[in-house]
Amino acid sequence: MILHTLNQAPANTACFQSALSAMDEQDSLLLIEDGVYWALPAYSDQLASIPGRVFALEADIRSRGVGNSTLECIDDSGFVQLCVSHHKVVSWF
Amino acid sequence: MSAEGILIMTRAAPYGSSAARDALDAALTCSVFEQPVTLLFLDDGVFQLLKGQSPTEISQKNLNAVQQSLPLYDIERLCVSRSSLDSRGLGTDDLILPVEVVGDAELPQLLSQHRHVLSI
Amino acid sequence: MIFSIVVQAPPIQCQGAETALRFARALLDAGHSIHRVFFYRDGVHNGSALTCLPQDEVSIPEQWQALAREHKLDLVVCIAAAVRRGLINEHEAGRYKKAHWNLAEQFELSGLGQLVEACIQSDRVVTFGGRS
Repeated sequence: MILHTLNQAPANTACFQSALSAMDEQDSLLLIEDGVYWALPAYSDQLASIPGRVFALEADIRSRGVGNSTLECIDDSGFVQLCVSHHKVVSWF
Repeated sequence: MSAEGILIMTRAAPYGSSAARDALDAALTCSVFEQPVTLLFLDDGVFQLLKGQSPTEISQKNLNAVQQSLPLYDIERLCVSRSSLDSRGLGTDDLILPVEVVGDAELPQLLSQHRHVLSI
Repeated sequence: MIFSIVVQAPPIQCQGAETALRFARALLDAGHSIHRVFFYRDGVHNGSALTCLPQDEVSIPEQWQALAREHKLDLVVCIAAAVRRGLINEHEAGRYKKAHWNLAEQFELSGLGQLVEACIQSDRVVTFGGRS
């Protein structure tokens, strides 16, 4: 059970694809910083191919005006809880 | 499931940034502190292991020299992503060291085997 | 739970340092302990005492200092990465014969061994990156 964080915008597809290939269905992905643009409807197919659960950091979603996302948003304390509930954290940047 | 040791994951090509060297330094330090360490070369990180580097013209130290000393430091595992090699037209013969080639399907397990994963 | 944080993102140019700072505050708010914050690569610039910002902007280095003062945080800047980037303390200024130094209070310079020790001592290690 690994929490993966991803902070790269959609132009960096390699980063997204590598994070995806390293995940299994028990893992979760947390989109942070520019990574939250992946939450836009245009990328819903790519997000749907992720084996585990997907979250986005609320502050980054709001800051960037990324609306229309059906993703589960979490605040900083939710980020902490995800770190606790997963065995380790792997950062993709 | 007992996970132990540190996995250092490096995804950047050498010389264009300091990432390759910084990842190596961290791995060598793990070994000095007798922590089991695995280096995982992913994406453009596989370029770090190409043979025949000669960066003196660009005023940098040759990474190959440090890499060849890795076995002396008891760095137990050097893992390279098969899909990263394949998509770059590279094979293990192109690399400076013998490595463990890891398929995409084995990546999640490799990460979960280690107590911590450091991306550098 | 015991956490350590690795900051590889510089302030200003990348958001990662600010994300790390917010994460550190959230950890402390939730009652977790932070064994160490380790600054590596361009993340060492978080330890500069000479950052100057317009009044309506937030200084990340000062925020780290304030958090460290309040919670007695161990803020360790990788010495090898720091001296290469011109971030030095009085001791290193003497050693390299430099007239000035700029490491902010609350930060200390130490080796990569402190990163490894943080991994050994911590239940979770969370890295905040910039770009490679």
